[in-house]
Amino acid sequence: MLNRKFVPILVTFGLLAAMFAAGSFRYTGFFSAQVLYNLLIDNSFLIITAVGMTFVIISGGIDLSVGSVIALTTMLSASLVEQQGWSPGVVIPLVLIIGALFGTVMGAIIHYFKIQPFIVTLAGMFLARGICYIISINTITVTNSFFTKVAQTKISLPGGSFISINVIIALAVVLAAIFLAHYTRFGRNVYAIGGSEQSALLMGLPVARTKILVYTFSGFCSALAGVVFTFYMLSGYGLHAMGLELDTIAAVVIGGTLLTGGVGYVAGTFIGVLIQGVIQTIISFEGTLSSWWTKIVIGLLLFVFILFQRLLSDRRVTLKS
Amino acid sequence: MRGKLYQHYLFWPLVVLGTLLLFNLIYSPDFFSIVVRQGNLYGSLIDILNFGAPLILVSIGMTLVIATGGIDLSVGSIVAISGAMACLSISKGTDQNSLLLVLGAVGASIVLSIILGVWNGVLVTVTRIQPIIATLILMVAGRGIAQLITSGQIITVSNSNYEYIGAGSLAALPFSIFIVAAVLLIASLLTRRTALGLFIESVGSNSNASRLAGLRSKTVILTVYIFCGLCAGIAGLILSSNVSSADGNNAGLWYELDAILAVVIGGTSLNGGRFYLMGTVVGALIIQTLTTTIYMIGVPPEITLVVKAFVVLAVCLIQSESFRKTLMTRWKKRNYPAEQEVTRHA
Amino acid sequence: MLVPILEMTGITKRFPGVKALSNVDFRLFPGEVHALMGENGAGKSTLIKVLTGVYSIDEGSVMIEDQSVSISGPLEAQKAGISTVYQEVNLCPNLTVAENIFIGREPLKFGKIQWKKMNKDADQLLRERLNLSIDVTLPLHAYSVAIQQLIAIARALSISAKVLILDEPTSSLDQNEVQQLFSIMRKLKSEGLAILFVTHFLDQVYEMSDRITVLRNGELEGEYLAAELPKIELVLKMIGKELKLLEELPKLSEESKSSVGNTMITASELGRKGAIKPFNLEIRKGEVVGLAGLLGSGRTEIARLLFGVDRPDEGKLVVAESGSTVKSPRQAIDQGIAFCSENRKTEGIIDDLTVRENIILALQATRGWSRPLSRKKQDEIADQYIKMLNINPPNPEHLIKNLSGGNQQKVLLARWLLTEPDLLILDEPTRGIDIGAKAEIQKLVLSLAKQGMSVLFISSEMEEVIRVSDRVAILRDRTKVKELGSGEINQQQIMQAMAGG
Repeated sequence: MLNRKFVPILVTFGLLAAMFAAGSFRYTGFFSAQVLYNLLIDNSFLIITAVGMTFVIISGGIDLSVGSVIALTTMLSASLVEQQGWSPGVVIPLVLIIGALFGTVMGAIIHYFKIQPFIVTLAGMFLARGICYIISINTITVTNSFFTKVAQTKISLPGGSFISINVIIALAVVLAAIFLAHYTRFGRNVYAIGGSEQSALLMGLPVARTKILVYTFSGFCSALAGVVFTFYMLSGYGLHAMGLELDTIAAVVIGGTLLTGGVGYVAGTFIGVLIQGVIQTIISFEGTLSSWWTKIVIGLLLFVFILFQRLLSDRRVTLKS
Repeated sequence: MRGKLYQHYLFWPLVVLGTLLLFNLIYSPDFFSIVVRQGNLYGSLIDILNFGAPLILVSIGMTLVIATGGIDLSVGSIVAISGAMACLSISKGTDQNSLLLVLGAVGASIVLSIILGVWNGVLVTVTRIQPIIATLILMVAGRGIAQLITSGQIITVSNSNYEYIGAGSLAALPFSIFIVAAVLLIASLLTRRTALGLFIESVGSNSNASRLAGLRSKTVILTVYIFCGLCAGIAGLILSSNVSSADGNNAGLWYELDAILAVVIGGTSLNGGRFYLMGTVVGALIIQTLTTTIYMIGVPPEITLVVKAFVVLAVCLIQSESFRKTLMTRWKKRNYPAEQEVTRHA
Repeated sequence: MLVPILEMTGITKRFPGVKALSNVDFRLFPGEVHALMGENGAGKSTLIKVLTGVYSIDEGSVMIEDQSVSISGPLEAQKAGISTVYQEVNLCPNLTVAENIFIGREPLKFGKIQWKKMNKDADQLLRERLNLSIDVTLPLHAYSVAIQQLIAIARALSISAKVLILDEPTSSLDQNEVQQLFSIMRKLKSEGLAILFVTHFLDQVYEMSDRITVLRNGELEGEYLAAELPKIELVLKMIGKELKLLEELPKLSEESKSSVGNTMITASELGRKGAIKPFNLEIRKGEVVGLAGLLGSGRTEIARLLFGVDRPDEGKLVVAESGSTVKSPRQAIDQGIAFCSENRKTEGIIDDLTVRENIILALQATRGWSRPLSRKKQDEIADQYIKMLNINPPNPEHLIKNLSGGNQQKVLLARWLLTEPDLLILDEPTRGIDIGAKAEIQKLVLSLAKQGMSVLFISSEMEEVIRVSDRVAILRDRTKVKELGSGEINQQQIMQAMAGG
């Protein structure tokens, strides 16, 4: 029997499969393992960011600062490694900690001062971008051997295709996050808070700690995505990942997570990112279609999914009464 | 009249604005100087008004939306779409300088922005999707639509009539200032001379009680989203006309955030209720002055973001009840966090 | 002699400006169902919140099994063995049944949640202790409120509760569901659990309880054995009367009899599931109809149906003059109906607006946005009503949120009088108002009726209902049980009907 709670995620997966199939029929060279792997290679940072965002949205919040934190991470890594000559072994853990702390502070402000997450993370977004420009308003190219080595390493897979180290990191994050969401108390508390914060409080769950940790985790994921992004672009730049917060939110929603909180799957988010990737791939294969169609299609998908969610939750209410 | 001067809602915003201007005056003594060139006035103050015009417009619309307890994230995209639409219509015209062409183009843009406003309003009222989420859709898709209209290029037009909207002068002052003044006047009249303002504040403050008092809250909410779309559309016209081109990708970028910021600085609470149009105007001017100031003293303009971040946070913290309580009671009730929780929900 | 498992002594709790509980004692024995009774503001919910650590205690002590405890939060209450199940089920609808029972205490192995074990335990717990066999892997929202309530009880039991507080558990259940809950309560009782049972339904109190504690105005009225306390006595104790003191009150309404005219509104077999059983009610022009009944008996629900706030499931509502029905507050107002809600804060006042704006709101809504009342007119109206109703402070530009409750109530009354309604529904218009203002409002109601306005008057204070009403409908347990015409209205009759025996 089909479990009803998996309906949204199955719809999403069906959509991905249909899109990939359509692309394969229409374009020669589309149906190949490498096209699929390239989806992962080109979107690994987005996957990592979206995983963090999934937790935030499930808890009933939102994090607009993710794109800026990525930019800040690339900037910090690049300037510390290139201009200050620090070792990547020190810099990478450092930027991860900074990203996480950034999230902690935002989470604490959101929880203790009861300010809407939207506004707090908006301030966080401004701040992180601004700090980038304080460091430098130009691109800092990364030539450090460790970074270039990681960037250039191709992990060969059977059939002559390959993936990058970034993909490994992203997949590891996805798996870890699935475990975190479904097999740890922290994960379940996040769902509980998203379902009803008041109930969670009355059931004696650690609401404050969980909420702050959720933003910490999102900050950490963004910072990790920033590191991955540095591997990918081999540069630090204040304009990196501009508007990525929107792509991230869209991926999470398309992946079946309810924007009102309480329901969602990391795996769904993963598929949501891939759907965005497939749209981009199709559009680039099409050639005549231009890149802005990506935004329009994503906006359309967002609309359909939000409406779908709305109808589902309406039905739930009528079922209840 | 009543109360002390510093309790007036415009007091703090004006103090901030004054301080900024004073700083500029000290930093560069000729900041306030206004010269007459070719019969027009020029100077930093005029520039602030002129460049600030689109933001003020968008913020006015945003004020009303926020007053109903909503938010409109799509204004930046509407700004881009409106400018793109107008420039496209003009560039398609045969006689580049015909007035009729410009009027047609402006009309098309305005109709389009109103339609987009209706779209947002319907999503919020009929399908009852949270405003943040409902307008997020157009925020994402709108950028794409704008680029679709411009085909991803920057459409450049050379039409002196169109240029007049954003770069022309009337009575020695930039024409855009008059547009802003007109919209502000209309908004003020509509909200303060009719009962619309009362209805907006009532719905924003307590929508349930408003319904029981017989208000058609959906109509009110729909109206403000349409008005907000319209304001953003006009702002888009000014912006694109000022540079005689439309850039689907970058026009109006971050406007939604700046507008929200201007509204909040102006004293309107994000929770809805009382709104202050003049406060918003001052808020928008503060943001514009800040940008000009930072530009002038030679710091990279991007630093504005850091300053904005702290302004957002400071304003929100001041508005946050918990923050004020915390300051006052200094964690007196630390052992009973749920008590605060429950009284809040009661 | 049995030893109480829970003993609260001398509990006092103050809120800014009010003493919610003063020197209240309460005890609970193992293996009993103990009903906590009281009208609105009696202090029931405060007592429960103090007991569960939601509120701090100002004075007094709590002992559990002869151990003094200090509870400062829901978690500690649970640890001390006190669990609460609220009317609004306080679980997470998005989580599975099993999770809702075990969240925060999931079985772990190497930090990993053992889902299989958790589901098995949940299934076993529900089956063995609650005779309930359901799929525990489905999300909570897949089940009815009744089942959700049982699941909440299961959660409480799994934390090894010694004391189970059931706060209005039956309010949203139907008859069969209530019986299911009761059989489980009996089972748990026989297993030695102490159950504190709060409900508005008198029949249920007598069906289930062994002992009854009555609170009134934040004070202890007394503790009784259910078997030794007749229903009518209980009601009297709750309202604070003694039977022999129920002398006939002078009727204010007698003289105004003449003006009662044609039918204004008719409800026939109007009902809404979970709110009010189908009832008939007719209100005539210039008539004051009182609704009497205890809190939660369905008074407010009737008012909401008449004003179109809630939609009825069955029956018909017809406004005589137009011949049409009422589907929304807007339509109700257009047909000359006004409704002063008992929830001033959430359904009445608009916090951010001034007294003047709050007064003119309904009238302005009727006129539409394009025909504003001039400021001069607004000021006149505001001044007139401030004087007429004696609103204090007499400043129309004061924000309404800064007024006292009584004055807010008067502002709301002014809002509705201004619309010159044919039917004015007043839900607890005098609650929290001082005696002088009360008399003023009662007099006002009568003079309005004299001028031809119909009034539906809802109040927990029986004297008040009797004093102003031409006719009284009496409600008990969500059912209209009796209607008394002008000659028959007396306290004894009403009281008996309210108590149901």
